[in-house]
Amino acid sequence: MLQALKHLNSAYLDNVTLAGQFTDLAPALNPRQAQIESERCLYCFDAPCTRICPTEIDVASFIRNIATENINGAAKTILQQNILGGSCARVCPTEILCEDACVRNHDAEGVPVKIGLLQRFAIDHMSFDAHPFTRATLTGHTIAVVGAGPAGLACAHQLAMLGNDVVIFETLPKPGGLNEYGIAKYKLTDNYAQREVEFLLAIGGIAIQYGKTLGTNLSLAQLNSDYSAVFLALGLGASRILGLTDEDAPGLLAAVDYIAELRQADDLTQLPVPNRALVIGAGNTAIDMAVQIARLGCEDVTVVYRRGVESMSATKHEQEIAKANQVRIKTWAKPQAVLLDAAGRVRGMRFEKTRPVNGQPQACGESFELAADAIFKAIGQTLEVSQSGLSIMADKIAVDANFRTSLNGVYAGGDCIAPGQDLTVQAVQQGKLAARAIHFDLTNSTEAA
Amino acid sequence: MADLSINFAGIKAPNPFWLASAPPTDKAYNVIRAFEAGWGGVVWKTLGENPPLVNVSSRYSAHYAKSREVIGFNNIELITDRSLEINLKEITQVKKDWPDRAMIVSLMFPCNEESWRTVLPLVEATGADAIELNFGCPHGMPERGMGAAVGQVPDYVEMVTRWCKKYCSLPVIVKLTPNITDVRLPARAAKRGGADAISLINTINSITSIDLDAMVARPIVGGRSTHGGYCGTAVKPIALNMVAEIARDPETAGIPISGIGGISSWRDAAEFIALGSGSVQVCTAAMLHGFGIVKEMKDGLSRWMDSKGYTTLNDFVGKAVRNTTDWKYLDMNYQVIANIDQEKCIGCGKCYIACEDTSHQSIAQIISKSGARKYEVIEEECVGCNLCEITCPVAGCITMVEEKSNKPYMNWTQDPRNPAGVVTVAAGAS
Repeated sequence: MLQALKHLNSAYLDNVTLAGQFTDLAPALNPRQAQIESERCLYCFDAPCTRICPTEIDVASFIRNIATENINGAAKTILQQNILGGSCARVCPTEILCEDACVRNHDAEGVPVKIGLLQRFAIDHMSFDAHPFTRATLTGHTIAVVGAGPAGLACAHQLAMLGNDVVIFETLPKPGGLNEYGIAKYKLTDNYAQREVEFLLAIGGIAIQYGKTLGTNLSLAQLNSDYSAVFLALGLGASRILGLTDEDAPGLLAAVDYIAELRQADDLTQLPVPNRALVIGAGNTAIDMAVQIARLGCEDVTVVYRRGVESMSATKHEQEIAKANQVRIKTWAKPQAVLLDAAGRVRGMRFEKTRPVNGQPQACGESFELAADAIFKAIGQTLEVSQSGLSIMADKIAVDANFRTSLNGVYAGGDCIAPGQDLTVQAVQQGKLAARAIHFDLTNSTEAA
Repeated sequence: MADLSINFAGIKAPNPFWLASAPPTDKAYNVIRAFEAGWGGVVWKTLGENPPLVNVSSRYSAHYAKSREVIGFNNIELITDRSLEINLKEITQVKKDWPDRAMIVSLMFPCNEESWRTVLPLVEATGADAIELNFGCPHGMPERGMGAAVGQVPDYVEMVTRWCKKYCSLPVIVKLTPNITDVRLPARAAKRGGADAISLINTINSITSIDLDAMVARPIVGGRSTHGGYCGTAVKPIALNMVAEIARDPETAGIPISGIGGISSWRDAAEFIALGSGSVQVCTAAMLHGFGIVKEMKDGLSRWMDSKGYTTLNDFVGKAVRNTTDWKYLDMNYQVIANIDQEKCIGCGKCYIACEDTSHQSIAQIISKSGARKYEVIEEECVGCNLCEITCPVAGCITMVEEKSNKPYMNWTQDPRNPAGVVTVAAGAS
């Protein structure tokens, strides 16, 4: 694995120290803290936090349940809107969603209720004797879901609840998608992604087949004829390229590939760690990459972005995390050339300085070099599918308001459809709504027939 | 700084803050600590007949607000569980050592003249400044024919007060129970009996909470419980009303009142004084925070008095009594209307839902094209009830603005809409 970095030394820190670097970035609230925090909620009417939540969780209600010691009631309120409420509580950029909308930002105290941590508290402390949702009378339909990430799992759970059976097809050996392979290790700790999937599957009626990839050992046409409907939750598989010479040189790789390796590593001391690292990009993945490599022991980490800080898609909160971990953020610089040493390995990168012209970064003729023995690309991912018949719009699968693709009986949701912020919570909502649309279409066509 | 010293019914004290008769004044050790902390006086925990009473375990429970703040406190303790002799000896010594502080001795004896005739000279011999008759204890003691069992019968109140005046030259303060329909009746009886002052309120019958696993009220004594006496900040509104009732009753107006009930800050004390209290008594706040709180109470009261130009307590004692009246004398032509300061509004919608669901549908929710919410008062519908102002979490965001009219003062007895025409309402009607 990680061929691109096999020439580097592995982490010099010991396992105990490294484990300490990847504990919860935002520690869970204890019961007393949850009590105090829940009582700060004003129980707004038509609450802005709920209005902004992509899954429309009734925030005021679940928080009032916590305040009145009804933890299962709180958990059920969350889960009925968002079955992955536990991971969303950990990975949602609440600073641009519910906690940004919280009215307490605007009162004299000026500090929002810690909604994310309260949601986590409710899910972490729920104790149901059986799965909290029951399945409706079986419809006799079985639906194929491609991809066991948040969108696929949310769709499967909702379909199962509505009385359908589901078979999920997943390329990788584990379910969870980005929760398992892509989220920074300190945001989802203690094997949480797997524990959450286990809980979700407990509703019954959902089978998962691993090692199945669309276009390789799985045909969309075959799925469409074998199952009542197909839901594509493919995510975005391919990392974008810089388009430079020597982009495949040892030392240069996609950030998501390194993060996946880190997430799956049993022994963190075996991971290759550069002395100096560059991360190209400006999103949350760029920050996740930079902070994690810093925590693994890389002492010189720089994120380089061709525009200004104000254009970064990484939230202010994420940028603060970067600063707290001694990660430098260098703006207005565009990759120009990969610099190699005599052995053909990455030794740095030359950047061209840019400046804003009509809002766009434009090269201004000056360049500079930054030394690095590893360069991580975090410039986004694209759809990795070439299935005939699927209409594509803006590089993603085109769907209508009910998540129907151009192929009859095939639906899609999550990061693989229409441009968005590619948030886990949006994927969950789309999976949930697509499931309802599929169920509605199947039920109606059955009745019609 | 303003002068906080008082002369209350002949009892002198450096400040109006006294500790009420309760566990904090149970013995010399506590009282000395209280005087060291700066309390102006104490009412020594109620003395009774020998042999001393026996208390149970446990004894207290609480009513909590958000975040575990105690807003109500409940106890099932009886009067002193130490002998009369020990208490009298300690009272004598403490008064001798702290001559400038008010020392009042609380008493509870059976309703026979002989008991009082015997004990009163012993109490007077301690050098104490006054006695307070405990006619209020609502738990335990009434089962033995004392405490609230006396306070609830005005004739008994008058009779015992009269005995005390007969066998003792000290000022007599009668402490009243709130567990009664009309507190003015025992107050009038006390006055008839010759009382020099009234103190109120004693605690209110209460059950603070139930242990839903054990299915028993708190405090739990061996799997069972009993009602206790309720005090703490939650009882302040009830106490203020009862103080006002006595202060504005023509039959008792002017009698010195020692205000008791949920006082925990200088502001609480100032409110009781404004309604006619010449001294205030504190217990729960000291039990929750220690005796040190008197320092901030004294300092706050002095500074507030300075800011108002009051040099002594007499400058504002009872100043709010004249503005406390019967409903029928309120001005029917007065009108306020809610005003929302949009700059301060944080958009929580609490005023809207409160008015929409439970009041007069006088607030509109306006949703802009961007989805933003704005709340506006529908002035024609607003009755000026204050609910929106109360629910608003932002201080000063919603204000009740007086609608200026040229209409003169007109109360209900003058109002043409009054079906009874000009009425005279009997005392006690609300």
